[in-house]
Amino acid sequence: MSGAALTYLPGQSRRGPQVLIALAVGLTLVFIAAPLVFIFVRAFAGGWQVYAANILHPMTLHAIWLSTVTALIVVPLNVAFGIAAAWAVAKHRFPGRGLLVTIIEIPFSISPIIAGICYLLLYGRQGILGPWLQANDLQVMFALPGIVLVTMFVTAPFVAREVLPLMQAQGSAQEEAAVTLGASGWQIFTRVTLPNIKWALLYGAVLCTARAVGEFGGVSVVSGNIRGQTNTLPLHVELLFNDLNAVGAFAAASTLTVIAVIALLIKALLEYRTDGSGA
Amino acid sequence: MTTAAIAPPIRAKRVLPGFTLSLGTTLLYLTLIVLIPVLALILKGAEMGPARFWQIISSPRAVAAFQITLTAAAIATVINAVYGLLMAWVLVRYEFPGKRLLDAMMDVPFALPTAVAGLSLTALFSANGWFGQVLEAAGIQVVYTIWGIVLAMAFTSVPFVVRTVQPVLEDLDPALEQAAVTLGAGPFAIFRRVVLPAILPAWMAGCTTAFARSLGEFGAIVFIAGNLPFRTEIAALLAYIRLEEYDYNGAAAIALVLLGFALVLLLASNLLQFWAARYREGQK
Repeated sequence: MSGAALTYLPGQSRRGPQVLIALAVGLTLVFIAAPLVFIFVRAFAGGWQVYAANILHPMTLHAIWLSTVTALIVVPLNVAFGIAAAWAVAKHRFPGRGLLVTIIEIPFSISPIIAGICYLLLYGRQGILGPWLQANDLQVMFALPGIVLVTMFVTAPFVAREVLPLMQAQGSAQEEAAVTLGASGWQIFTRVTLPNIKWALLYGAVLCTARAVGEFGGVSVVSGNIRGQTNTLPLHVELLFNDLNAVGAFAAASTLTVIAVIALLIKALLEYRTDGSGA
Repeated sequence: MTTAAIAPPIRAKRVLPGFTLSLGTTLLYLTLIVLIPVLALILKGAEMGPARFWQIISSPRAVAAFQITLTAAAIATVINAVYGLLMAWVLVRYEFPGKRLLDAMMDVPFALPTAVAGLSLTALFSANGWFGQVLEAAGIQVVYTIWGIVLAMAFTSVPFVVRTVQPVLEDLDPALEQAAVTLGAGPFAIFRRVVLPAILPAWMAGCTTAFARSLGEFGAIVFIAGNLPFRTEIAALLAYIRLEEYDYNGAAAIALVLLGFALVLLLASNLLQFWAARYREGQK
């Protein structure tokens, strides 16, 4: 695979590749790398103490806490769903497999705003389940359950998307061998499948975490933006930005960026390991 | 590459356990979290009736919002078609220092929360930002114009093009191109006649997904767009505004149109990918 990349074609000029590489690097620095770096530049513009003061502000701390709780509920459920979906699709053949994969990808194509509206129409006061929820004194919208549900919708494909292609590529030969050796389903999964997919699973989980704490559109519809109550971290970023507190907004945003960077590091490590093992 | 070539064994169907459990979990999760809420939106549309629906989505402000969204998404997709293809090509075909880092950079828009991306892009391209200063001097305004929307859309959707084209390019045998060289073909002829036909389905699938993602983007755009009705107000935002006015029908009608677009594009992308897979099988 990498051998192909090294062979320059005979008679092909060397300048072409250099121009293309320079163009690719330049554009990426401007459009992708700069926005990433700029968040930290602005967050620390006032020095460490201002940064710490911004992060330790009670409202920011509350937003961090709320987003953390959301992620702690959403990510494990999403991991379980991702594994189940990947196992069903990759290890078995059944009619409607393609359709199932398409349905899993729906949240990717749907605007988070639409997701929020869907949930509001279902669980909101005038929603389909609204009267029943009110009769039983259950609050879903403008409260933690609503935030969790809409985040589950938006992040649904993340783990499945990382694990599924890997499981498909690896095939089922090892698992089938385990079956002939008399292993139980749980044993096969924990001793054969899990070690094979653990890095992709970890990456998917971290990516899911990054998007779960960072979910904005859907959550802004269902949370009601109640300051100090249902204000998640990204909503808090917007609030600070609208209050013209740019440094505060960037400080809050930097915490979200750190999670994204961790996700990228894990991905890099994952690819390094797969390349190293000659896969 | 090696693994992809191995055809799945055509043997006993249910060798591995856990089919009912895993499929049951998957269907339950999808039904509760994705399908029922989407159904609630469709029911709301049905309850509203076609006349009311049409009245809402044909109002001048809604039409303007759809036009702005579609135009910006189309421009962003064209940009990403070129930039994404360039990135995929460079990352697959050349070796150079920092390649790994460049590859990792393509995941940034995927991992970075959209609100954070919007915040950062706004500050970078505003009059006193790093890039805004330069562009302002040249008389180009990005923030609070449609170009800001295009920028935010392009940023958030580029990985979809790169990551769809990359594996196909990796599978493409350079021997074909070498053969073309020996036959005297120039670089453009090789690209057009050898590379492009092979990657076209995947490229189009990636662009379709990127377009769908752009149509639905919200977080990054609200920061940078300025959100002026008839000028820089996107459809998703208008739906959000209707909701804040407690106009649930208005929000639902606009959301339904966006949902329709999303589902059609998702279907198109999947058909293209199916075509791409068939094409690749045919090559072997």
